[in-house]
Amino acid sequence: MSERKPVLEMRNVDKSFGPIDVLHDINLKVHEGEVLCLLGDNGAGKSTLIKTMAGVHQPTRGEMKMDGKAVRFNRPKEAQEMGIATVHQFGGTYPLMSIGRNFFAGVEPTKGWGPFKIFDRKTANEIAVREVQNFGITRIDDGDRLVGGLSGGERQSLAIARAVYFGARVLILDEPTAALGVKQAAHVLRIVNEAKRRGLAVIFITHQVMHAMAVGDHFAVLIRGAIAADFRRGEKSREEIADLMAGGENMASLEAAIDADVQEHPAE
Amino acid sequence: MTSPSKSRAKGSALGALARRPETGSLLGFAVVFAFFAMLGGPVFMGAPGWSSWLNIAAEVGIIALPVGLLMISGEFDISVGSIVPASSMMTAMLSGHYELPALVGIAGGLSVGLIVGYVNGVLVSRTSIPSLIVTIGVMFSVMGLTLGFAVLLKGSTSVSYVPDALTKSLLGQFINGMFNVSILWWLGFVAVFFFALHLSPFGNWIFALGGDRQSARNAGIPTSRVTIGLFMASGFCAAFVGVAQVMTYQQANVAGGQAFIFNSIMCVVIGGVLLTGGAGSIIGIVLGTMTFAVVNQGIFFAAMDPNVGSIIIGALLLAAVISNDGFRSLTLRAAAK
Repeated sequence: MSERKPVLEMRNVDKSFGPIDVLHDINLKVHEGEVLCLLGDNGAGKSTLIKTMAGVHQPTRGEMKMDGKAVRFNRPKEAQEMGIATVHQFGGTYPLMSIGRNFFAGVEPTKGWGPFKIFDRKTANEIAVREVQNFGITRIDDGDRLVGGLSGGERQSLAIARAVYFGARVLILDEPTAALGVKQAAHVLRIVNEAKRRGLAVIFITHQVMHAMAVGDHFAVLIRGAIAADFRRGEKSREEIADLMAGGENMASLEAAIDADVQEHPAE
Repeated sequence: MTSPSKSRAKGSALGALARRPETGSLLGFAVVFAFFAMLGGPVFMGAPGWSSWLNIAAEVGIIALPVGLLMISGEFDISVGSIVPASSMMTAMLSGHYELPALVGIAGGLSVGLIVGYVNGVLVSRTSIPSLIVTIGVMFSVMGLTLGFAVLLKGSTSVSYVPDALTKSLLGQFINGMFNVSILWWLGFVAVFFFALHLSPFGNWIFALGGDRQSARNAGIPTSRVTIGLFMASGFCAAFVGVAQVMTYQQANVAGGQAFIFNSIMCVVIGGVLLTGGAGSIIGIVLGTMTFAVVNQGIFFAAMDPNVGSIIIGALLLAAVISNDGFRSLTLRAAAK
């Protein structure tokens, strides 16, 4: 299991914007059929890290490898062509467009010839509905429905199914559960598990420890641009992870500080 | 879920019709038309009535189509108001003042539109300035240039040009002495734009752009090229109207054309296109244009105060915006159940 080559690997990656260092010495690996959870508070550098993986930024130092070979993405498109897909919170879906049109935005199937190629609505709808249903969202059965009528979880699922259909091997999920209710989040977590079962390497960004623990195989906690902890499933408890995310500071000492502040400035 | 499929299919077909964005526009048109048919009497229902509102509809309609596409993609184009006189002047200057062949004049006029559209598109896609502001700026620049060159080269603010019979019959003839040939051009443009928006894959890109520009770019849609292309289309169509006006009235003026700015936007919005982008249809835009034209001309046939026409147009516009919003939420809710 551990001898397999990682699909995507970052070695000693640094990223600075001018004089500001954002990422220091990042080492990460993600394998096929594995979920890597990236945890970290706001401003810890999570989004810079995933943007570097997705080709939006280029590492200042260090290297990235795919299937063991060094790669450098100059544009997001290059990363996409190598099979790295990013799904943002609500990104990739257009509320006032149908499910079929959403699924194929930018890569529309056509029929006809020459300049008279027309959008093949029937094929688009069929494929979109089939792919989403394969991910367990059976409530979607009509490709002409507008995406705006779907729940947040279903929209996420549609975006993930789309990425998988178009050949993603590494799926970067940027806070997919952040704005969702409990039931909807469970929905998305099931989809994450399904993607993992299909052999995708999933990078799951979140600051909700519960969601991470539900699907993660491998965890990395990011603090101020560096990896503060790197551990596998079952090696740390929920409290330990939460403490780590709070910047290594113990939550208990934080609470004490707040209490002291309240006593100094009591409410009128 | 297990209810008899027949009644469900019928219900959903009716529901689907009610949810179509054009339904509101169709209702609006029917009400307005019936109103003026009653007041305007047989003259309005005869050829004089039909030709007068169709002539108006064709002119503003040719511009409303690309303006509508731009609005669906999330952009405004105010500069059409200056492209109409600028292209008129260019055509009249080249063919009238310098006596070059009609084809050169037409090509010159149309390229004014394409160039201004290109500048609009580049400015909007390269900067983060809203297209409303960019195209207002471009409009004033083009107006100034038109006036400046007219005075410099001709020493007057109007140029006359008498086109040859063939050019006149293609671009400026009144069929039966009443129906302007541009009505046929309008139908042609409608077919082209219908294909582009609803049938071709390009149409999907326009909707995606208006829905979420960032996601559209991530999905590999060449967003800047689409935006530039759409602005060039609106420049071209505005220029086409300008050229056709020279052929019809045999004169070009530096002033005029301002009315097209608000009129084209009103046609589009009455036609059910969302001001915020992401939704709309060609059929809606055509219905909106017809509604606008019927009100615009109907008041004369009904012997009403022209100010009443403005009130009706204003009320229609507000009603359209409210109902567009209502239809949108209805659509989303109905889909969600």
